[in-house]
Amino acid sequence: MNTVTLPSTSRKTMTQTTVTTAPAGNPPLNPAYIQIKGFSFYYGAAKVLHELNLDVPEQQVTAFIGPSGCGKSTLLRNLNRMNDLVDGIRHEGDIFVNGHSIYDPLIEVIALRKRIGMVFQKSNPFPKTIYENVVYSLRVAGRNGKAELDEVVERSLKGAALWDEVKDRLGESAFGLSGGQMQRLCIARAIANRPEILLMDEPCSALDPIATAKVEELIHELKKEFTIVIVTHNMQQAARVSDRTAFFYLGKLIEYDVTTNIFQNPANAQTEAYVSGRFG
Amino acid sequence: MQKPDFLSSDVKPAGESWVWVTSMGLGVGLTMIVFLLGMIVWNGLEVFWPKPVVQLELKSGSLAGLNNAPAFGGEIIKTQEKAVQALAADGSPLPPQREYQLFVGNKDIYGFGYKFIDNAEIVGETRPTDVIVAERLEYGHAIFRPRELRLTDGSVVPAAASAFDSTLAGLVRESNKRRVTIRQIERDQIGDINRQLEKIRLERRAIESKGPVVSPMDQRRLADFDVTVVELQARYEQLAASARVLRGLQSANRIVYTTMDGAERTLPTGDLIDYYRPNQLSLFNKAGIFVHRFWKFLSDEPREANTEGGIFPAIFGTFVMTLLMSVAVTPFGVLAAIYLREYAKQGPFVRAVRIAVNNLAGVPSIVFGVFGLGFFVYVVGGTIDQLFYSLSLPTPTFGTGGVLWAALTLALMTVPVVIVATEESLSAVSRGTREGSLACGASKWQTIQRIVLPASLPGILTGLILAMARGAGEVAPLMLVGVVKLAPTLPLDSIYPFIHLERKFMHLGFHIYDLGFQSPDSEAAKPMVFATTFLLILLVVCLNLGAILIRNHLRRKYKTSTF
Repeated sequence: MNTVTLPSTSRKTMTQTTVTTAPAGNPPLNPAYIQIKGFSFYYGAAKVLHELNLDVPEQQVTAFIGPSGCGKSTLLRNLNRMNDLVDGIRHEGDIFVNGHSIYDPLIEVIALRKRIGMVFQKSNPFPKTIYENVVYSLRVAGRNGKAELDEVVERSLKGAALWDEVKDRLGESAFGLSGGQMQRLCIARAIANRPEILLMDEPCSALDPIATAKVEELIHELKKEFTIVIVTHNMQQAARVSDRTAFFYLGKLIEYDVTTNIFQNPANAQTEAYVSGRFG
Repeated sequence: MQKPDFLSSDVKPAGESWVWVTSMGLGVGLTMIVFLLGMIVWNGLEVFWPKPVVQLELKSGSLAGLNNAPAFGGEIIKTQEKAVQALAADGSPLPPQREYQLFVGNKDIYGFGYKFIDNAEIVGETRPTDVIVAERLEYGHAIFRPRELRLTDGSVVPAAASAFDSTLAGLVRESNKRRVTIRQIERDQIGDINRQLEKIRLERRAIESKGPVVSPMDQRRLADFDVTVVELQARYEQLAASARVLRGLQSANRIVYTTMDGAERTLPTGDLIDYYRPNQLSLFNKAGIFVHRFWKFLSDEPREANTEGGIFPAIFGTFVMTLLMSVAVTPFGVLAAIYLREYAKQGPFVRAVRIAVNNLAGVPSIVFGVFGLGFFVYVVGGTIDQLFYSLSLPTPTFGTGGVLWAALTLALMTVPVVIVATEESLSAVSRGTREGSLACGASKWQTIQRIVLPASLPGILTGLILAMARGAGEVAPLMLVGVVKLAPTLPLDSIYPFIHLERKFMHLGFHIYDLGFQSPDSEAAKPMVFATTFLLILLVVCLNLGAILIRNHLRRKYKTSTF
């Protein structure tokens, strides 16, 4: 097959070598893991993303905020090429993950998605047992060793803070879980194959405050290991969980900065109006 | 004070008054279905319930009797008002009269089984306790009053003797056992010899068809064949002789009886299959006979042009054919639907294909029968015969109707149902679930195979249930591609290779048609038609229940999301 794998780098060496000291109170500025360069996107004739330029740093949480229809979900779904499924799409510019273009014709999109986990707005567990939901990404990759799968299930469910709640009923249908548990199961499923990036598309929009708090806590834990991009409507959530925030409006990137700056000291008047709740 | 209009009782929600129309629609449908099923079940089961036998005294000089006798009798089937009003001598209409329909049996004497008799002709009605209703090998049931048994040793047991009942029961049991032995000899052992002879004939033909026999090995084989054939012939003679002896024993003991009109008759006890005394039965006995006769109907082979005996081969044939059809239609329909829904580029062409598939369901089934005959039987079957069974030609093996071709024809007929149901259930799997799978790094095929198909299995099974129900009840196309009135063998038996796809078979639907409309004695066939219909419905219900149980199991396993 004409596939090339993305250049994989050992995370340890990255973190050891590239931490830059940031201003006090600001998170360290990690090197860019995803680079979006001059990216425009069209649904048919409609241009929904306009020449975006954005660097997502490694092992931090980057939040995309903006009013409905601003293109933040569309951008997110382009990062793992989930938009390929839609008819009549077209893009200009490029997106690089770890320095390699995801639109390179030699890239196998399946291999790409194996390295980029995704959590959806509406939890979408598979009609299978809890166990089989978690190990799904390994199964489709042809990894069926019992010992490995058992270990992955425990690690992933612990990682998603769900292990204690479901460890005694791994063989039961995933549909028996509560809404919050289902979403955490989807997170466990997304991290099972140890991806490098975790995309979260409004992961808490269908959850109650307690479940939301659990997921947010989880995001804090997960960023130690993963590069996380989260789309959210909830500005408090963006402020709570993210290191950097990008504000989109009508398909354009209006402002992108360290989260505290966006919320306390935005450079752009539109950003200020949005984060202070005056529109959107 | 003005009444607020939202409290007003004359403001009715729009359309509420039409609810009754919808309920009427359901009501009418349900009533008709319940009535139809009730009629079939009642008539189909009532046949097996033993009815009392009456002896009727006719008024003197009446010509209504049988053989000019003043009395006759039989089972009362029904009483009804005469359809044609009788007229008095002066032409004025007489008051309505009633009539009996009697099952008189004894077809060998009367030539018919059922007779209507005016109540006006009857002067007396008795229920003699000694009457026997006996099922015979030929001419259907006999209804008679026994007189005596004449045994082989010359002794005579009169009907009044206390030993009569036990002797008769013993004789019938013995002759039934002997009949099984005869059948085993004639069908299994002699049948086995016939199969070996046929095999030798084909092998001999294979050698001879190569040209003049020159090789010593072939000559030796031909000589061996001759020896074997002689041996087999000898064994056949031996078996045939022993069967003849047993047959002779069957007619050794005789029962002498008088029919209800007084005529005396003699019958070998070997001809009796079963008998009971209808006027001596308690309710419990009757229930026992009911169960026994129902079981015989289920498990026996038909006799006497299918109007007597059971219908086991038809049940079995229907069952095997329907299962084969399901096995053929499922993968075919599911794969087609997967391509149509998941892979084909949706556009005018795919829409046209979909419309064509739906229209296929409206093609008259006989057209599928003609297609099956032309394509499966003559083209495919004919080619198979040319290639693999050329030695037995011109006798066709696959080049004639058979259970395989019938199953394939019905599979073709029902495939639209499966395609439509599968497409529906595939499209019901949410986009979110599919994206979840793709986001895990699954390919499209893996997503379909591991997520979409399991989730849509219940819907696919629903389609299969509909297809089975349609296929099992179909008759017209089957008449062209393999169903026969009487099949000597089952499509599945203990002779290698166990499943005989080329065999012709019997089918409940065709059996109903054949009994009801092709039978010389429609009165005698009527109860059988109802009973057969009842069993066909029962079989379809059982097949459907099986599929429904599997579906419910799958639904529990792949329980779909609640929101």
